[in-house]
Amino acid sequence: MTTNGSTKTAKTATQNACKLCNPLGACLAFRGIEKCVPFLHGSQGCATYIRRYLISHYKEPIDIASSNFNEETAVFGGSHNLKLGLKNVTQQYKPQVIGIATTCLSETIGDDVPMILKDYKAIMGEADLPTMIFASTPSYTGSHIDGFHTAVRSAVQTFATGGAKKNMLNLFSGMISPADIRYLKEILKEFGMPFMLLPDYSQTLDGGPWGEYHRIPPGGTPTSAIADSGSAAASIEFGSTLEAKKSAAGYLEETFGVPRHSMPLPIGIKATDRFFALLEELTEKPMPEKYEDERRRLVDAYADGHKYVFGRKAILYGEEDLVISMVAFLREIGIVPVLCASGGKSGLMKKRMLELIPDLDELEIQVREGVDFVDIENEAKVLKPDFLIGNSKGFTMSRKNELQLIRIGFPIHDRFGGQRLHHLGYKGTQELFDRIVNTVIEYRQNSSPVGYTYI
Amino acid sequence: MDTQNISLLEGRQKQVYEKKADGPQGDIACEKTSLSGSVSQRACVFCGSRVVLYPVADAIHIVHGPIGCAAYTWDIRGAVSSGPELHRLSFSSDLQEMDVIYGGEKKLYKSLIELIDQYQPKAAFIYSTCIIGLIGDDIDAVCKKVAKEKGIPVLPVHSEGFKGTKKDGYKAACNALMKLIGEGSTDDISKYSINILGEFNLAGEAWIIREYYEKMGIQVVATMTGDGRIDDIRRSHGASLNVVQCSGSMTTLAKEMEEKYGIPYIRVSYFGFEDMSKSLYDVAEHFPDRPEIMEKAKEIVRDEIRQYYPEMQKFKAALTGKKAAIYVGGAFKTFSLIKALRTVGMSVVLAGSQTGNKQDYKNLKEMCDEGTVIVDDSNPVELSKFILEKEADLLIGGVKERPIAFKLGVAFCDHNHERKIPLAGFIGMYYFAKEVYESVMSPVWQFAPRKGGAK
Repeated sequence: MTTNGSTKTAKTATQNACKLCNPLGACLAFRGIEKCVPFLHGSQGCATYIRRYLISHYKEPIDIASSNFNEETAVFGGSHNLKLGLKNVTQQYKPQVIGIATTCLSETIGDDVPMILKDYKAIMGEADLPTMIFASTPSYTGSHIDGFHTAVRSAVQTFATGGAKKNMLNLFSGMISPADIRYLKEILKEFGMPFMLLPDYSQTLDGGPWGEYHRIPPGGTPTSAIADSGSAAASIEFGSTLEAKKSAAGYLEETFGVPRHSMPLPIGIKATDRFFALLEELTEKPMPEKYEDERRRLVDAYADGHKYVFGRKAILYGEEDLVISMVAFLREIGIVPVLCASGGKSGLMKKRMLELIPDLDELEIQVREGVDFVDIENEAKVLKPDFLIGNSKGFTMSRKNELQLIRIGFPIHDRFGGQRLHHLGYKGTQELFDRIVNTVIEYRQNSSPVGYTYI
Repeated sequence: MDTQNISLLEGRQKQVYEKKADGPQGDIACEKTSLSGSVSQRACVFCGSRVVLYPVADAIHIVHGPIGCAAYTWDIRGAVSSGPELHRLSFSSDLQEMDVIYGGEKKLYKSLIELIDQYQPKAAFIYSTCIIGLIGDDIDAVCKKVAKEKGIPVLPVHSEGFKGTKKDGYKAACNALMKLIGEGSTDDISKYSINILGEFNLAGEAWIIREYYEKMGIQVVATMTGDGRIDDIRRSHGASLNVVQCSGSMTTLAKEMEEKYGIPYIRVSYFGFEDMSKSLYDVAEHFPDRPEIMEKAKEIVRDEIRQYYPEMQKFKAALTGKKAAIYVGGAFKTFSLIKALRTVGMSVVLAGSQTGNKQDYKNLKEMCDEGTVIVDDSNPVELSKFILEKEADLLIGGVKERPIAFKLGVAFCDHNHERKIPLAGFIGMYYFAKEVYESVMSPVWQFAPRKGGAK
């Protein structure tokens, strides 16, 4: 299983996974819809573990309901529990939307959730019910990122309607930080074009204090906006490995003829240029001066900091789309990402990376899908990178191998403020660049006996 | 949203009680599975097993199922080890769709063989998750086969998430431990010996407790499971007394050991000066033929309290009159916390647990002040309703409760398994008071809406 002659390890089991399960991504996406409660059809533990996990990063109350399977449910089917659960969650949370995702348990017993929901609506009378979105997310397929996209696509399938074209844009921004979402919204506003960004958990997962408990936190993409997405002028969808047949923009293109513009997450100057060029084209307006400024500062910073980073070797890991976009950025500044790894398994990672970095093989950049942290660690022993870039899950191996870790993405549960980190656009790239340069400087300063005060 | 309007769900009313002289006097309903759709703070059977066995540090813990359950419990507890740290690794058979269809036995077998070869553990625990029973994997047979081939105990833990509550998971864990107990030599075990049960060595707490007992001249044979070792567990039937903390998880084991090996047990708590002292005295009383044990216990209590008393008075002066809410896993801990809070002048306005039993709640009712609300298996909506209504200044709970407190501008003390500061023992009481003081007295709350801060 291992390449490059690294240590041979037993690899049937997954050890220290570099991925999470499918329903987690769905819950996260559902949190980005206004007045929506995520609901997991399965055991109580799934909801509780996922809540706990999301809280460790976002530091916000995250209520996820569960249909709370018991032995009878598993034998006779989850219909009764699901209906009772929907009734209870409706009574207690008064949601406008319930985002239902399945788990390995309900999928394995073969519950036909759409049928159960139909039945529930017939019994309860549809008029007063919240709208129910259903996403099939068995944890034995894919990983959290698949659940995320499935939920977003399901939301659009549920709400989008066709009709006369509107002067508006859809932006499916993928699994990014609340800070990134806020920045994207600001950009779209500056272009002066109405838009629908989905899912928008910028406030629901990074909001202010409450005087009273909010059963559902304020914020999220309004369902009316999702409904309009079917008549938008175009969709922009971030994600290199996300295929049209699995994506929300793909559905809108196929069903309502809304053109889908798919592009990698805009990290780095080239990718961000591409994003702004696309916005200029779709809005027929020039890039606002403010972003020209941001770009100029970033180019200037690249010059000021280039010597610190040139030729440094990094190992990158995380969701495939994040890794691909990060690699493109690292190549802009002269860093060699010796290993690009993901627990995801789209089969497309290397292909997409080659499109952005044609000299990938010449640079001996390894791309590995479906790996865990033991694989990554084994590679690290051979590749001897200068640092790691990825989420907090890499800390164990970073400590053991004395490698610095630059934290990006999700989850970040051993540093403060992960939800407020920027990754996207000129601003996000600037922040990432500053952090990477400072990591190198800090290392040099700490490891030098001189104690340089200027460096 | 108006918290006054939050009503309790049908099916939950009997699990909530307010102590009033003229109020209803019935028992609190408990030990029920969580209500579907109620957003319980509980986890599942698997969680119960996983937390109990997790600290056994020289065994490997393999989660058989799709990736989620292993991913969410990777290095999740602050249970530290003085030696091997195999428990901090996460192993999963990471079942995929084809495994679900054709069965996961082969994959489990191969995983086990490889992992045992790679890590050379003293034993292996195999946790079955939700779908294992459904797909018909015979994990007992696999475990037996591997045990025979590898010559180490390979123990199945039947912890399918939906088959009961967290308590059933405790039982499954105790069953696995029972299979180890009785296998080792008891040769050099003194008559004056104990096992420490239900102490998980969070932040090194077991070491603190162990030191007290050893100072008293008592041999500690095994701690279960904090800083746990397979060989210690195997010979733990040689101890004269089982000292059980966290009664919810380990009383089953103590009872079984009493039945099978005639070892009596006592229930103790190490939280707060009062209960900590009592747990030393109670053990000393068990060995009346050696009065110096009691003498030593008294000396420890005297010295320790003398050391921390002055600091405690400072905390008490600041905290007197402040109100606390408690929502933790086991009810037994609640009793200690109520007493500990009284030591620093605080009263308790809300007390509850995920897994308390009838007797626990009876005791709780007696202990609590007039007006205190008692809840079993509560949820965020209820908790926040009562925190606000009762004007609590502090919430004691775990990770999932923390953001509720902080959102509402309420201080918080983490008394769950992720804590990094020891709260057990005399020194633990000092840290507890210090943590409560530092959170309650923080000036940041002045900006919270409920304290009149700007909205």
